[in-house]
Amino acid sequence: MEVLIDIVLLSLLVATAVALVMVRGLIASIMLTSVYGLLSASFFVTMGAVDVAFTEAAVGAGVSPLLLLFTVAVIGRKERAPEGGAVLVKSLLLVVVTGALLIVGTLDMPPFGSPDAPAQTHVAPYYLQQSGAEIGIPNVVTSVLASYRAYDTLGEVLVIFTAGVAVILILASSSHRGSARLRNATVPDGSPHTILQVVGKILIPFILLFAFYVQFHGEYGPGGGFQAGVIFASGVILYGLLFGLPTVCRVLPPPVMEVLAALGVLIFGLTGVMSLLNGAPFLDYSVLADDPVTAQHIGIMVIELGVGITVASVITAIYYAFANQLEPGPN
Amino acid sequence: MDVFSYFNYWVVVVLMMLGFFIVIARGNLVKKLIGLNIFQTSVFILYISIGNVSGGAAPILEEGVALYSNPLPHVLILTAIVVGIATTAVGLALVVRIHAAYDSVEESEILAQDEPC
Amino acid sequence: MSTILAWTSDACLLVGSFLLLTGALGFLRFNDFYARIHACGVTETLATALIILGLLLQSDSATPQFKLALILLFVLFSSPTASHALAKAAWNAGLRPRDNSGKRGIPLPPRER
Repeated sequence: MEVLIDIVLLSLLVATAVALVMVRGLIASIMLTSVYGLLSASFFVTMGAVDVAFTEAAVGAGVSPLLLLFTVAVIGRKERAPEGGAVLVKSLLLVVVTGALLIVGTLDMPPFGSPDAPAQTHVAPYYLQQSGAEIGIPNVVTSVLASYRAYDTLGEVLVIFTAGVAVILILASSSHRGSARLRNATVPDGSPHTILQVVGKILIPFILLFAFYVQFHGEYGPGGGFQAGVIFASGVILYGLLFGLPTVCRVLPPPVMEVLAALGVLIFGLTGVMSLLNGAPFLDYSVLADDPVTAQHIGIMVIELGVGITVASVITAIYYAFANQLEPGPN
Repeated sequence: MDVFSYFNYWVVVVLMMLGFFIVIARGNLVKKLIGLNIFQTSVFILYISIGNVSGGAAPILEEGVALYSNPLPHVLILTAIVVGIATTAVGLALVVRIHAAYDSVEESEILAQDEPC
Repeated sequence: MSTILAWTSDACLLVGSFLLLTGALGFLRFNDFYARIHACGVTETLATALIILGLLLQSDSATPQFKLALILLFVLFSSPTASHALAKAAWNAGLRPRDNSGKRGIPLPPRER
């Protein structure tokens, strides 16, 4: 049965990707990207990767198409007819040859799902058997993410922070130094979205509440800082879409978001420094309290909070930067 | 079952190549980024497929469950997805600026404008 | 008692799946954008509700039941709103419904003109 679902989902993914190659026009492509994200999230659930599915559902089906839509709203939805002739033949040839080589390569891989594949026999058993005793929280993904491989995660959070700074810098107009300050404060024209606004007002508090649940329940069930950050940001973005950029900027001003983005990384790094000061390696939490297991728990909660703050504020800041491009400038 | 033991990997290769094809054969910069997104997601699918153990539960420790999926690929991909959206946003921001500078997002038109005349 | 519950649950799941199928069929076969939204919007809300109801009747502990009930509530809010947003966006973009013969431009209500 699981094999059947697996095959159906993967075939749908391929169909969506083929449709993306065929389709002309950017809006249709973006909608297909969203479908693609949702399908891959479903696939991750069938693979038992619930944390990943969570993230992909929020990012792949939600935030990423939204940013694409903002871009298309700025640059126009037209797409020129693809190049035919020599370019097409050359790229087809390249793609087919590379694909064939890769498929030959897969034949040397261990069969799908085999428990004695090399990937299953090195560190993974250690994580699965020891994390219960060493870290004391049920969600192994959170243990590995926030404790065993915390260094790695710190790097990822820094990349996200840097990307947020880069977007703000790239999109900041020369006449408005700094960041996504509002160019002008008009409420979007057209007919008011009354129904959407009413439903949004009902749902958005629960979306934000759900983000907090995912944040603080990440040790026991699927969830954690990355997922919570993305969900919180998508709640904010939904509010911004319904009530206009000026309104959401009054609730969460862009400068605050920028400070919060840095604060999250700072919390993460300072936790590492705290363990250094207590005589342990960087980001080894077991010295933060008397009992090593409690200490691990505290450390994980603190750095997950840092991750959540950074991810939520970076994605919100990126949204501000893009939405600001849409508002008509003064000149 | 033998036919299906490599099915996931083959789908990954097909998706990867479709994304790759969009990147090299389409001139529109936004379309290229969408192609990159497909390519990226195919890598995610590859990692998660490698981490799958048939019959394994989601890696959340529970009494009475002995077999779990491999948590390590999940961690790597979980962070990679969020990093992916952040870097995609950088790419899109560059596209917006390119449009402001060249008034086009088609590769051929941009290259034509850059030709010394 | 449990047999009745199992039967009800199965019936809910079956009817829900059938409705989703009809919705998909309508989505593919209708020739007008608004008719298509209508086909999937209407069936989807009821079908998803029925499927979640069926699953609710099958689960035996309180936590999943509570979560399913929350999802059901969320779907009842979000799904009609999504259809509304789609239709409204199409209307604002200037798309007008077709009549039976496939001709665009059903006359607008007086207030909208």
